[in-house]
Amino acid sequence: MPILEISNLSVDFRTVGGQFRAVDGVSMTVEPGEIVSIVGESGSGKSVSMLALMGLLPWTATITADKMMFDGKDLLTIPARERRRIVGKDLAMIFQEPMSSLNPCYTVGWQIGEVLKVHLGLDKRARRDRTVELLELVGIPSAAERLDTYPHQMSGGMNQRVMIAMAIACNPKLLIADEPTTALDVTIQAQILDLLAKLQRETGMALVLITHDMGVVAETANRVSVQYAGQKVEEQPVSELFADPHHPYTAALLSALPERATTRRLPSIPGVVPGQYDRPSGCLFSPRCAFVTERCVEKAPVTQGQAAGYALCHYPLNQGKPVGHPGPAAILDRRLSA
Amino acid sequence: MTAVSASVRPGRLKEFWRYFSENHGAVAGLVLFAALVFVALAAPLFAPFNPDQQFRDALLVPPMTRGSEGLFLLGTDALGRDILSRLIYGARFSLFIGVVVVSVSLIGGVIIGMFAGFFRGWVDTTIMRVMDVILAFPSLLLALTLVAILGPGLTNAMIAIAIVAQPHYVRLTRAAVLSERNRDYVTAARVSGAGPLWLMFVTILPNCMAPLIVQAALSFSGAILDAAALGFLGMGAQPPTPEWGTMLAEAREFITRAWWVVTFPGLAILITVLAINLMGDGLRDALDPKLKRS
Amino acid sequence: MFGFILRRLGLLIPTFIGVSLVAFFFIRLLPGDPVLLLAGERGISPERYAELMHRFGFDLPLWQQFITYFTDLVQGDFGTSISTKKPIFTEFFTLFPATLELSFCAVIFAVVLGVPAGVIAAVKRNSWFDHTAMATALVGYSMPIFWWALLLIIVFSGMLGWTPVSGRISLMFFFPKVTGFMLIDSLLSGKAGAFQSAVSHLILPTIVLGTIPLAVIARQTRSAMLEVLGEDYIRTAKAKGLSPFRVVAVHALRNALIPVITTIGLQIGVLMAGAILTETIFSWPGIGKWMVDSIFRRDYPAVQGGLVLIALIVMGVNLVVDMLYGLVNPKIRHQR
Repeated sequence: MPILEISNLSVDFRTVGGQFRAVDGVSMTVEPGEIVSIVGESGSGKSVSMLALMGLLPWTATITADKMMFDGKDLLTIPARERRRIVGKDLAMIFQEPMSSLNPCYTVGWQIGEVLKVHLGLDKRARRDRTVELLELVGIPSAAERLDTYPHQMSGGMNQRVMIAMAIACNPKLLIADEPTTALDVTIQAQILDLLAKLQRETGMALVLITHDMGVVAETANRVSVQYAGQKVEEQPVSELFADPHHPYTAALLSALPERATTRRLPSIPGVVPGQYDRPSGCLFSPRCAFVTERCVEKAPVTQGQAAGYALCHYPLNQGKPVGHPGPAAILDRRLSA
Repeated sequence: MTAVSASVRPGRLKEFWRYFSENHGAVAGLVLFAALVFVALAAPLFAPFNPDQQFRDALLVPPMTRGSEGLFLLGTDALGRDILSRLIYGARFSLFIGVVVVSVSLIGGVIIGMFAGFFRGWVDTTIMRVMDVILAFPSLLLALTLVAILGPGLTNAMIAIAIVAQPHYVRLTRAAVLSERNRDYVTAARVSGAGPLWLMFVTILPNCMAPLIVQAALSFSGAILDAAALGFLGMGAQPPTPEWGTMLAEAREFITRAWWVVTFPGLAILITVLAINLMGDGLRDALDPKLKRS
Repeated sequence: MFGFILRRLGLLIPTFIGVSLVAFFFIRLLPGDPVLLLAGERGISPERYAELMHRFGFDLPLWQQFITYFTDLVQGDFGTSISTKKPIFTEFFTLFPATLELSFCAVIFAVVLGVPAGVIAAVKRNSWFDHTAMATALVGYSMPIFWWALLLIIVFSGMLGWTPVSGRISLMFFFPKVTGFMLIDSLLSGKAGAFQSAVSHLILPTIVLGTIPLAVIARQTRSAMLEVLGEDYIRTAKAKGLSPFRVVAVHALRNALIPVITTIGLQIGVLMAGAILTETIFSWPGIGKWMVDSIFRRDYPAVQGGLVLIALIVMGVNLVVDMLYGLVNPKIRHQR
């Protein structure tokens, strides 16, 4: 039984300019002990779906889904009080900005201890011991002396380790890491990823890794879900995805990796993710797609089968060739005019 | 406020108005304030009686009393003067006090603050220590002592309040100048040969206007309150001037007998100050980029 | 921390010199001759006049007068009141507890109502509570408090007869002064009804003096709280599965209070200005009323000494607020 099962999740935000759909019909499952990565550019709604799961969205957000099950519990209907018993204990999350994600007014020891107190009811002594143990686990040297330091006295990498210690304090069944390395130095990034992978191996928890970095995906994930403009456009096991991407967007992301570059200049995807006011009709990726045809602009694509990596595309790629594509002559020259 | 239209370019003015009009309280304050200004300017048209005319047959009559001369809508005071007429003429004083105090303290404060921020060094240190000294005294106490030295009266009260209000402008201007003076556009102007005065008042000043405008609105209402307080203590405008604070001071002894002589002048002060503060809040929200919604 | 306090104290020295200079020149600019005033209406012989001029040192050059005055000041000698013939320092600190008691109650009143109101308004943003509280706060913030005092007197003393109009305690009660704080002294006296009398005298002045600080604190708390509630660490706190109450009370409030404490500190000056009006209206025998009376009596040494002492108190409070600020904000504490 999967630990997490989401189907057809949509999140709408109420804004000054009307409703804005940040997540559009996304489905995903996570098996126990699995590492799933959600990849996409900024603004593709990858964090929002996970924040919806955690119940962390502001009141302007409306969440709709056919199914949102975690560990046998229906998160759509669960009362807030029940959800708080799961969140932070079995379902934990770490964030992008470690420096601002810890409360500046309290020591790191206190902040980790708080989780232990609220969820496990440990006494002061036991909390202290467990906190030291956790800090050692996440690789903080001389952990016992670090208990009384404040977040601003430590580096970003150290703070992220503290965040991880806090998240794994109650041995969660699923840890969501939302771009955990984006705000860190390159050398520290690798350390934090290694730490996450190590902890996942040792504890057997499931891990959802949100990132925009395909390199990170390749190193850590088992399975990858690619999101674009709030929609899931492709999902495959990591090796298959790298070997044969089925969605043009995935293909474009992969070819933008320096390791895979075939030309002297690194290829890039022109344009940006559509926002609230420039959402195209038809396929959302059509303004930026290299294979766009009349049909793409007019009609929204449907999700393909498993063999095509659940690609949300009219002409899913097979070994780099768009299947069923009418040929280069039908490609619209929209990218230059846009 | 005319200062706004003078300092903001047309494009920004439109954007400013969009933010400002989103705040209903601010718009209400603006309307109320405009109405007050109109009433004050056209006081003879609105006031049913001469504010100093004493009706001997109608001393301390309650509101809505019809006397031999006409209707006393808000009653009369102990000398038989129509309270409504006095309040309408009193609006002139309060608004005049506000305008004078804000202009004097704003201009003085901006010039002093500019010099402090622009020249740094001992000029800055001296100016800021002097401001510290002024700010170490409670404003009303300092104003009261100043008026005692200069002699009671409306003009001296305005001078005293302007002196007390002015360190806030100095601090704001100095802080704004310190953050602006090393920006590229200032360097560019300096390199192209602009003199220090040009740099200070033409290059830098327009870019520090937002906090100053907000502070101007705040000290406008503060000046009205302080002037009324001085009048109330007998150190501001002197009787028979229909200044609202002075009217309250005269009315104090009738507090148990005639509630209207006490209630209406205070209400007039409250409504005026409230209108200005509502506007000030709207100005701050519309001008402060930090609070601007993304 | 200790070095920080020393540095701040050092910064206060020029301000103190400036304050005493201002007070010194103020009273020399005041119209009227202090010695003639002292003599009263009976007049004074030229010999006696010269003698008094000499005794007060008014015959010396101005700079010498200042040096003498400043040396005395540093040694704690603030001069002698002309009207009561008592040392100003003694007189000031006999009256100061009354002002302190009133100000303290007003601050408590403002904080106890203002902080929760601001927090609830921020948490329930755009609710009817938020709108009502903020509209009320704006009215309070715009209130001419001398009029507010008169209104309260009309309603609560005049119409309802609930509260007395002036003074600190009913004249029926007579007991020795121990601390100078009427609430404490009335309890210590053991006289039945004394404490109730002291409280009933304190209620209206407290409300009047506390109104503007209350409005300012409520508004400031709300905006600080709104800012803090959008911070990343609040999301972290929610992600820990903490109750909404704990998120607000433990994680948000402490951070939001940092700017609020500064605001409360800045209100001290406002409070002293308010005390002048409140004490005058309620005949509250504190330093605010004493200053006004001294100004009207043209008691120059009292005005001079009072100005310096009040400025010293304001400076002292600001220093304490700065230290408090460092205490609640670990970031600042470690910077220094």
